[in-house]
Amino acid sequence: MNSHGQKASEKLLQKPLIKPPRSKASQRNRLFYASIIYLVILGAAALAAPIISPYNPNDQHLEERFAPPSGKYLLGTDNFGRDLFSRIIYGSRSALLVGIVSVSIAVVIGLTVGMIAALSEGLVDNILMLLMDSILSFPTVLLAITVVSFLGYGLLQVMLAIGVIFSPVFARIVRAEALSIKTEGYVEASRALGSSQLKIVFLHIIPNLLGKVVVQGSITFAISVVIEASLSFLGLGTQPPTASWGLMLKDARNYLVQAPWMAIYPGVALALTVLSFNIIGDTLSEKINPRIQG
Amino acid sequence: MKLFIFLVKRFLRLIITIFLVSTIIFFVIRVIPGDPAAVIAGIDATDEDIEAIRAKLGIDKPLALQYTEWLQRVAIFDFGKSMITDQPVTKLIMKRFPVTLTLAFFGILFGVIIAIPLGVISAVKRWSLWDYLGMAMSQLGMAIPSFWLGIILLLIFAVQFHLFPLFGFGGIKYYILPSLSLGFARAAVILRLTRASMVEELSKEYIVTAKAKGLTERMIKYKHALKNALLPVITVTGIQFGYMLGGAIIIEQVFSLPGLGRLFLTGIYQRDFTLIQGGVVFVAIIFSLINFAVDVMYSLLNPKIRIQ
Repeated sequence: MNSHGQKASEKLLQKPLIKPPRSKASQRNRLFYASIIYLVILGAAALAAPIISPYNPNDQHLEERFAPPSGKYLLGTDNFGRDLFSRIIYGSRSALLVGIVSVSIAVVIGLTVGMIAALSEGLVDNILMLLMDSILSFPTVLLAITVVSFLGYGLLQVMLAIGVIFSPVFARIVRAEALSIKTEGYVEASRALGSSQLKIVFLHIIPNLLGKVVVQGSITFAISVVIEASLSFLGLGTQPPTASWGLMLKDARNYLVQAPWMAIYPGVALALTVLSFNIIGDTLSEKINPRIQG
Repeated sequence: MKLFIFLVKRFLRLIITIFLVSTIIFFVIRVIPGDPAAVIAGIDATDEDIEAIRAKLGIDKPLALQYTEWLQRVAIFDFGKSMITDQPVTKLIMKRFPVTLTLAFFGILFGVIIAIPLGVISAVKRWSLWDYLGMAMSQLGMAIPSFWLGIILLLIFAVQFHLFPLFGFGGIKYYILPSLSLGFARAAVILRLTRASMVEELSKEYIVTAKAKGLTERMIKYKHALKNALLPVITVTGIQFGYMLGGAIIIEQVFSLPGLGRLFLTGIYQRDFTLIQGGVVFVAIIFSLINFAVDVMYSLLNPKIRIQ
């Protein structure tokens, strides 16, 4: 919540992790482009999964359970003899879908609530923000688990839960930005010239706060992917036999001795995805906010 | 006096937060479609069976009455009885809470031990090898989900080297790998903040003044700057401690530790609504209390707030 200490530290945390001197900037750009390339490949793999997967992700080769990685099974097989590589490709679908849907829900709710709060100020503003802050006063994972436990298990419920839980983050950003943009000279001028409230919102305020929303969106995307994996790991998210990285790791936990590859590769895919979104978020935040020194 | 007013205000906000949290949970449970009584009774149950269960759970009373009763009970930490085992929820929670608390404590300890020294060195020696190590660790810490890190640690230290147990629960050695997995992600955030805070502190005017006065570099960096830079770090460390209670749910599942998270999950699997309700509110209250304590500590340590 908004206390002295937390405000100060939040401001610090918004600074990009790496703000290199000019000579190091190219190194950073390389990481940024590498992340984009990885995500493009992942997205393409998700779309073209039926074409590029060597096997059907749910086909069980029971005589070849726990087969180690080889020419036949690139990343080995699991406890049902299913091809891990194909399952990882199909798993990218759940991961990306959760990110896209959850972030969209969070942005739409956050943008609406934040904008209403900023424009109305006073009592409405206070009530809306109090509500948003109280959602933020739960540990996220716990709240997601609770909501899903009542909504029922499954991917759709997880996406809804994550979307609602992260909307306050966007609401706060939108409100803060809108409040400051509102008082800028050009907005005042536009209002003096007779622009309607609606025109000001869509022509001036929203375009100017979009940058910050995109940065937060990228970071939230990463968090959503982790939460989906975590919930699936607990058996509350994606339901078997659908391939999901979290679900694959849940199975892997029971066969660490027989098949360590089951535990390694889905996690690598997961971590790389999260890493890419974080790096993109960091780089963008630095680009749209060049004044920040680190 | 200002400090006193601040503390009173902050305390009032704590009470309001707890009230709101309890309210939200109460209504979330009742707004979401589905009748817990029907779920408990099963598919073959008659209407009378379901009615009997509703009466037993107290959900046949008017909503307003249920709500006031619920608030009264939360105020005295009474979360009712488990729907499945019929034991008081508070008692169940208190039995498991020490495990989770120990886990979170060691987790934050690992996090702080790794993050603060590395963060300070990164800031003082920017663009050195240490700094790169710190950045890499920070990015990895944020990217690697703690439950996967836990699995990998098990693979290395339990399966490969047999240094730690793969399953089971007993003494302190059962806490080490889970705490490390939990602490690593937290270390990433604390490290990042320590670096940013220290960099900012080192660029301030008083550092220049101190240099002009002829104080040694060492004295300036590690006494003056560090002392001020650690203020926001304390705050974030406290908040991270709160988040750990949430993260512990998953880690306890990876390492089969009998903590609060496992209790909570069992509640979810068995659809024990009173247990879930009590568990969430309990953790949220602890979370708010930690934030409160952190704020109080911050205001006591920060002379700016004291004087204002």
